[in-house]
Amino acid sequence: MLPSDWIQGFAGGMLIGAGAIVLMLFNGRIAGISGITASALTQFKQSAWRWAFLVGLIAAPLVTALAGFTLPENIPASLPTMAVAGLLVGIGTRIGSGCTSGHGICGLSRWSLRSLFATLIFMGTAVLTVSIVRHVM
Amino acid sequence: MRFILTALLAGFLFGAGLTISMMTDPARVLGFLDIFGAWDPTLAFVMAGALAIYMPIYQFYIKPRGRTIFNEPCQLPEKKQVDQPLITGAILFGLGWGLSGICPGPGLANLSGGQPAIYVFILTMLLGMIGATMYQKK
Repeated sequence: MLPSDWIQGFAGGMLIGAGAIVLMLFNGRIAGISGITASALTQFKQSAWRWAFLVGLIAAPLVTALAGFTLPENIPASLPTMAVAGLLVGIGTRIGSGCTSGHGICGLSRWSLRSLFATLIFMGTAVLTVSIVRHVM
Repeated sequence: MRFILTALLAGFLFGAGLTISMMTDPARVLGFLDIFGAWDPTLAFVMAGALAIYMPIYQFYIKPRGRTIFNEPCQLPEKKQVDQPLITGAILFGLGWGLSGICPGPGLANLSGGQPAIYVFILTMLLGMIGATMYQKK
């Protein structure tokens, strides 16, 4: 909640943007995590770059931990909630052709109307969901 | 081989950025989504940082040429119209994101943390992705 967190967030965001643009500059691909993951699992031809991207993504926190940037110790939601949430995220990102990375970062940067709509809708739905869970139920 | 190394680097930078920006922490993400509670604006700064890098390089370098640094064609989405699947999918995704505070990138980046809740999320997410992909191909 401190302004120093905002600076750290912005700097981390710049790294995220750098990772995404590296994939566009060198591989010519949109850095959509849901699309990359789903295609890595369902399409075996020419997916080596997808697996490499996922290995980098999953291994990165092990390296940042050396500099004191660690993964969370506590996950707020219960196991059943996480199971339902995972299923919704998996199905929703496929039907909706993307998630926070593909629509939110790459799509908005490309000035894509589809991505603008998708981002506003999933952000709005998520805000509504959190508001109901925390302040109504 | 070249594609594999650059993809590995891209994934690494992306994962490092997620961890440093604290977006791997679902409590921070839920704090951003909770606009009627103790609102935590950090995620907005993360998005701003990512767009500050991606947007100008895309708009000034990639968009006019449509090709990579190696002069190979970029693979960009061809669909332009907002359709029903886009809306339905975004609503389902928003529901799951709001319930958990986790979207696909941070979920995967959390895998080395050893949290059972993350394993459960990733397992059902992958099942959902595979199921939806198979259904769409029918």
